[in-house]
Amino acid sequence: MNSFPAGEVFAGGLAAYALGALSGLLLQGRASLARRLGCGFALAGAILTGLASVSALTGPAVQWSITSGIPLFAYSFTLDAVSALFNLALALVAAAVSIYSVGYMRSMEKNGNLGLFSFFYNAMILSLAVVFTASNVFLFLIAWEVMALTSYALVTYDHESQESRNAGLLYLIMSHVDTGCLLLGFALLAQGAQSLDYSGLRAAASHLSAQQQGWAFFLFFLGFGIKAGVIPVHVWLPAAHPVAPSNVSALLSGILIKAGIYGMVRVFLEFLGVIPPWMGMAVIAVAVVSAILGVLYALQEHDLKRLLAYHSIENIGIILLGLGAAMMFRTSGHPQLAAVSIIACLFHTLNHAIFKSLLFLGAGAVQHSAHTRNMEELGGLIRRMPWTAFCFLIGAIAISGLPPLNGFVSEWLTYQSLLAGFGTTRSLISLMFPIAGSLLALTGALAAACFVKAFGITFLALPRSTHSEEAHESPASMIAGMSMLAALCFVLGIGASWFLPLFDGMTRQLAGAGAGPEMTLAGGFVISAGVARSGSVSTAAIAVLLLLIAFAPVSLYVWKARLRRVGPTWDCGLPGLDATNEYTATAFSKPLRMVFAALYKPRREIQKVFDVSPYFPTAIHFESEIEPTFEKRLYQPVQRLVYWVSTNMRGIQAGSIHLYLAYIFVTLVILLLFGARP
Amino acid sequence: MITTLLAAVFQLLLVLCISPLISGIIKTLKARLQMRRGPGVLQSYRNLFKLLRKQMVMPDTASWLFDAAPVMVFATAAVVGLLIPMITAQAPLSLFGGVLAVVYLLGLGRFFLALGGLDTGSSFGGLGSSREMTISSLAEPAMMLAIFTVALSANSTNLSEVARSAIGQSWRFLAPSQMLAFAALFIVLIAETGRIPVDNPATHLELTMIHEAMILEYSGPYLALIEWGASIKQLILMTLLINTFYPFGLSTNWSGASLAIGCGTYLLKLLILSTLIVLVETANAKMRLFRVPELLAVAFVLGALALISTFLF
Repeated sequence: MNSFPAGEVFAGGLAAYALGALSGLLLQGRASLARRLGCGFALAGAILTGLASVSALTGPAVQWSITSGIPLFAYSFTLDAVSALFNLALALVAAAVSIYSVGYMRSMEKNGNLGLFSFFYNAMILSLAVVFTASNVFLFLIAWEVMALTSYALVTYDHESQESRNAGLLYLIMSHVDTGCLLLGFALLAQGAQSLDYSGLRAAASHLSAQQQGWAFFLFFLGFGIKAGVIPVHVWLPAAHPVAPSNVSALLSGILIKAGIYGMVRVFLEFLGVIPPWMGMAVIAVAVVSAILGVLYALQEHDLKRLLAYHSIENIGIILLGLGAAMMFRTSGHPQLAAVSIIACLFHTLNHAIFKSLLFLGAGAVQHSAHTRNMEELGGLIRRMPWTAFCFLIGAIAISGLPPLNGFVSEWLTYQSLLAGFGTTRSLISLMFPIAGSLLALTGALAAACFVKAFGITFLALPRSTHSEEAHESPASMIAGMSMLAALCFVLGIGASWFLPLFDGMTRQLAGAGAGPEMTLAGGFVISAGVARSGSVSTAAIAVLLLLIAFAPVSLYVWKARLRRVGPTWDCGLPGLDATNEYTATAFSKPLRMVFAALYKPRREIQKVFDVSPYFPTAIHFESEIEPTFEKRLYQPVQRLVYWVSTNMRGIQAGSIHLYLAYIFVTLVILLLFGARP
Repeated sequence: MITTLLAAVFQLLLVLCISPLISGIIKTLKARLQMRRGPGVLQSYRNLFKLLRKQMVMPDTASWLFDAAPVMVFATAAVVGLLIPMITAQAPLSLFGGVLAVVYLLGLGRFFLALGGLDTGSSFGGLGSSREMTISSLAEPAMMLAIFTVALSANSTNLSEVARSAIGQSWRFLAPSQMLAFAALFIVLIAETGRIPVDNPATHLELTMIHEAMILEYSGPYLALIEWGASIKQLILMTLLINTFYPFGLSTNWSGASLAIGCGTYLLKLLILSTLIVLVETANAKMRLFRVPELLAVAFVLGALALISTFLF
């Protein structure tokens, strides 16, 4: 592997993305060609960057730098193990999404400028790859900003709808708050640094005072937290992800929000030096809140894509649990444990990238053929779109953290690292770990409930509208993209014990200790948390056992044709069962809505129209909604404050040049007064 | 290698064979306590045997998921049966998964069963699925807290390790943390196996049923698989309770005598726990559905107290 020219191949991949963007820009009039070239170049770029990442994940880091002639600014890139992992996730998602897009974007040819779309699509992937690889603060921030702007353009691609424009505006505002925080944070970090390369920041970390370190932590946590969609700065996420075209949603939820995680991993584990334990605790606390509230809000969503967007918030919470634990273990001097937590965090990042994009692609296929995202109008799609249904089911099992798929492995590692954390201190703080673990269990179980709802209502039983009745299977390229990701859920789940040792180099870089050989037992067949006697699991063995001892003999007996006959479902004696007898998504989540009424503050309105007696209504109008707590209690006051301040500022903006000259003079006098003080 | 394989096959057969027996014992004991004669302890076997040979009626709205659900329920329960220590402290395949794998494998079975309920298109199926997923998701954190208490004192989530460490300290079950954790896990057992006061396994009254509503459309061999899977799950949760808290008689080697003792004490402990369940079922009335979260909150608090008391004592 050492002879593999990772740097050159990676640069080639970046060039392919750039070509894809360029071709889109040039071919604005020729939608079909722009679509094919855009997807083709993106796929080529994904393959090249993916190959380079695999080689850099296991091999030595690759560095290259181009001087720009501007002081402090150089185009320096480093493809180390951490960059490689995020780039690998990006490459896998981008490859699958690009294959999918060949078919998906065909329906977009009629409306909108596909060339421009293809330009932004490739530019966004390119900027993401640069964000993950840059090793100079300026380059990072430029790529970060390009990423925000291109994704804004993609979110508002359907700019004729008011919903998209509003969501896009919210996203743009939040993005700039986050870039602002990052600017301030890097300014703090760079104070004692010789250069703005990452190595310079690392060297300067020890010069930070405790207070500066605290402020830097706050700014970066806020800045990267907005991008990652951490509660309470998540509001843009469930607004922006659903309105984007579904292939873009898959990229946004699958990998773009992981840029926030990438930033946190870099800064908290590399640039901040030795951090006090409260930072890790703060991350864990925010993580638990995000995970639980994310899944609880997802449960009450009946828009398929909004539901998935809320699950991204939940999974970011699970990822941050691992990160927070790693931060605490590194401080308390348990590098081995920190290594396990980092693997839990980053393996879940990779897994979530895969199954979340799979689910968004599935939702996109549903919307593509049934023309609605409202689950109450769907149903029965498993017969009309069998492949999509199967892929979506795999994604649903994986995201619910059920064995033997990949979501289970990373959640299992998170549990193990949390449990092992109990022994790291003798103070009451150690209680935090098992309690966080039990809340992770709550999250997992609620996620399973939510995906029973999402899959069951959307795909099973009878169609609830003519839209879903007339639905048809997606084109082959869309199925191919989804199947690739579904296969990866299996491979990363069942083969986890063979992949985990590959993360050794990464944990050595971040935690100072490897966890490679200890992570597997019994010839690579079993995953162990690597910490002494902590427990072990083998997804491969579980998969084999499920198939072997129970599945095969049982199904051979049961699936004999002689034993079965088809009959109507019991309809309670009513004349014929139809879709109105089915449970709806609203009804399915009703028990949890009542249990957590204190959080949701549900409101409902029922109006009956009847002729003779209220017991025989001719029509019923039902409305039910939950209170958007964060929007109402946190964001509206801020919004009102901004309006109030700007309204009052109007008074000093009289429009007269003399007045403005007076302002300048007064400011100058005040500054001189302050400046003249010894 | 060969011993492990033999042990695995033996334990699989044991799980498959005695799980209907335990269900039968509970039914008979309950009938006797209510001054009824009851069906006799072997009735569950007769039911299974009959169901397996009957033809089944598939609802016309159902897809392949309806077929997959019973098989998955049965398969996951059977696999879990290999991961927990029953009569030997060393479970045959405990290397392949500890307590987390147990919980999540049962979750996989439930996931498919709930989808099977929704696949029929009738309101009953949806009703059952919705309630089952609600109650199980509320039971999960309490269960995990109680399990963590045990796992932390054993320093492992591997169930064989947990049992071995319990054997080492034979009076440990008197520690406050262990007793609180046992109480929490007992409430979870009641909720997860669908017993009074959470669910009533003997009713088909639509307003109250949970598990029975979900499987209303199943018949014949599929119904047999689901019933069998449910009784295996019940056996597993009972075993988890008795062998992690009261590991008396668990055999630590492969000699015939200690295996025989292991078998005997295991059955005795199961009988005692069954009696406890029957007493709880007979002494209580079924709760309203929306009182159940309060019961599970009690279990969660008990689990949290158990965890805190590991600190104090």
